[in-house]
Amino acid sequence: MDALILSRLQFAITTFYHFFFVPVTLGLSIFVALLETWYINSYSYYERIKLKKLVKFFGTIFLINFSMGVVTGIVQEFHFGMNWSEYSRFMGDIFGAPLALEALTAFFLESTFIGIWIFGWDKLSEKLHCACIWLVAFGSNLSAFWILVANSFMQHPVGYRIEDGRAVMDNFFALVTNPYLFGEYFHSFFAGISTAGFLVIIVSAWKIATDDISREMFAKTLRRAVLFSLVGIFGVMGSGHLHTQYLNTGNPMKLASFEALWETEDPAPFAVYADINQDAGKNDSEIAVPKLFTFMLYNSFSGEVKGINDLQKDAQEKYGPGYYIPDVKGMFWSFRIMVGAGGFMLLTVLVMGVIAFFCRDNIKKFACCFKMLPILLPVPFIANSVGWYIAEAGRQPWIVVGLQKTSAAVSPNLTGSDVWITLIGFTAIYLVLAIVAVVTAVKFINRTKINEEAE
Amino acid sequence: MDLNIVWFILIAVLFTGFFILEGFDYGVGMMMLFRSQNERTQFIKAIAPVWDANEVWMITAGGASFAAFPHFYASMFSTFYLALFLMLVALILRGVAFELRGKFKNSDWINFWDGAIIFGSFVPAFLWGVAMANLLQGLPIDSQMHYTGNFFTLLNPFSIISGLFFVSLFMFHGANFLRMKLEDESLLYELKSDARAMGQAAWTSYLCFVIAAVHDTDVMSYTSGVLIFAAAMGVLSAGFPKMKEKDSPTFTFVTGTVTITMTVIGLFVALFPRLMVSSLNPEWSLTIYNAASTPYTLTIMTVAAVILVPVVLIYQGWTYKIFKERVKPIK
Repeated sequence: MDALILSRLQFAITTFYHFFFVPVTLGLSIFVALLETWYINSYSYYERIKLKKLVKFFGTIFLINFSMGVVTGIVQEFHFGMNWSEYSRFMGDIFGAPLALEALTAFFLESTFIGIWIFGWDKLSEKLHCACIWLVAFGSNLSAFWILVANSFMQHPVGYRIEDGRAVMDNFFALVTNPYLFGEYFHSFFAGISTAGFLVIIVSAWKIATDDISREMFAKTLRRAVLFSLVGIFGVMGSGHLHTQYLNTGNPMKLASFEALWETEDPAPFAVYADINQDAGKNDSEIAVPKLFTFMLYNSFSGEVKGINDLQKDAQEKYGPGYYIPDVKGMFWSFRIMVGAGGFMLLTVLVMGVIAFFCRDNIKKFACCFKMLPILLPVPFIANSVGWYIAEAGRQPWIVVGLQKTSAAVSPNLTGSDVWITLIGFTAIYLVLAIVAVVTAVKFINRTKINEEAE
Repeated sequence: MDLNIVWFILIAVLFTGFFILEGFDYGVGMMMLFRSQNERTQFIKAIAPVWDANEVWMITAGGASFAAFPHFYASMFSTFYLALFLMLVALILRGVAFELRGKFKNSDWINFWDGAIIFGSFVPAFLWGVAMANLLQGLPIDSQMHYTGNFFTLLNPFSIISGLFFVSLFMFHGANFLRMKLEDESLLYELKSDARAMGQAAWTSYLCFVIAAVHDTDVMSYTSGVLIFAAAMGVLSAGFPKMKEKDSPTFTFVTGTVTITMTVIGLFVALFPRLMVSSLNPEWSLTIYNAASTPYTLTIMTVAAVILVPVVLIYQGWTYKIFKERVKPIK
């Protein structure tokens, strides 16, 4: 295999891996900040002791996750130059600025204040200490904003011109107000909230089931996490819905390919199942609900949706001969897995909400179900991963839609064996570290008691 | 002064900040090699609240290179592909180690992560020395700014000397930092002689570095670069030899800081106006003009940097104030 395909594989693996941790960071930083705000506003002596332990408990889970996110984030930043030098040359004038701003405004903020937060419990006033974790949460979510400014340009270039064969920035303001950015940002932000909320629900339920001493406090975090998750899940659904409507104009090829809509139709049906034949440019068979796709996009039963085959013709007219269709089968099923996982999360959270709020006096009865809950932990992570697959595979064969092809972006000096070495090396280290981090977190969760003994 | 020069200076500033701050972090990590587990714990406590923010200086230097001089970023990072892979592995292990080390009281577990910190400090310290030397010495870069060598082209006498020089200078710097941050008297006494030995090693390797630079690069045609290196050696020699009679850890630390600053300045002065030298044809070198972003992007980035860098310095400086207390000995 050549350096191109291996570099793509390596970037995909690193991105998926990095994005296991990022949503947890985005959401859990806010959750821990809320917990600490609760703590500093509590006046009951015993509750304060327990709340402080609780903040540190979820803080530690946050930190294990955060460190994994940070170290893989450095790999991400280096990757652009290491594997994608021609991309970096072509896009540097535009892409470098948000990346540098991310470091200057967000990375410094989060990594400075996380250090103060961890070691500053006895050195700062309570309010100042609590402000530190809020700054970490703000910094994390600001960093997501900047990197998505960069990413949304790749999906939907704005505010640029082409000069000497390079894309150069014409309007910074257009870059940060890219219409593509809003859907992408809020979808990621709320995905972070719901992922972290779901994680806290599972951890709390596990502790309720297995730890008699700590049960009372985790029943409280369970209730709060249910509400937190619901905000996240409805936010994901709302932003996802609006973003999909926007794609009808923003990137119709991506839209048509994750719906496997080959021919232009008005009104368009929504396929629940499709046997996709990419070579023939059609579905061999499908089960579809008539008019539904048009309704979802236009809020009415009439409206044209462009099909993949017509979009391919348009693209050939615009960009010259070539194949401009992404992997439709992967897109179609990823989208359904993502939506299915989201729906499943909503259902789980609602059931947990009913138990947490309406059966609070005999919550111990549910211990056996609560012990089973950790098998659901992969669900949000699967949803996040296929979500990014749709975003990034959906712009192929382009690395920057309409401007540069992925095949033109790879570093020309790399050989297949160079990339083999790093691909195997990174993958091995990611696997080992994931196992170590999870085992460490689980052991920590099991041995930590939230009781009334002062520290 | 045009914005390209402003950004050349700003990149030098970011690398200076990176080498000063991560310099003592790496140095502390490397000095752990000679120490018991108990002493290592004290070492780690000295940098634990700050190392993460210090590392952001490297990320910012990388990001700013990307924004201001995209061709420099693209050529440098693809040229050093396997070297950077090694560095990333080291930084991954090191970063995770700080978090996981204390999670279990098992001695093997702690030893393993200590090893990760030591490895993760030596490798980047050495490789940044190698990288800086290669930028100056010149690399086989063709007319398209593409690197035509391989991993072993990067390892040559000058770059290896430079790598060892960075390692010893950072160890000296780290030892001095520890002397300001620890409390354990007997440990401080040992660190004093360690720091002195590292100062000698740093000075000797600096001399080798300058000789090799004169021999292997065109640094002589940029005499001010050599003069700055010589002055840096002078500053270095003002600190460590006097440690026997009149010892001030803070003063020695400052001499290390100034030496690092002047070394980066010397390197950038010797490079100017180039960013990466082509050994194939001087015309093919990357310069602050042919590798740069447009004036529009440089203007935006200048405004951002002028506002944000001081803010960062203020709150990062505040961290050192909060954690100004010395680390207590562990019984």
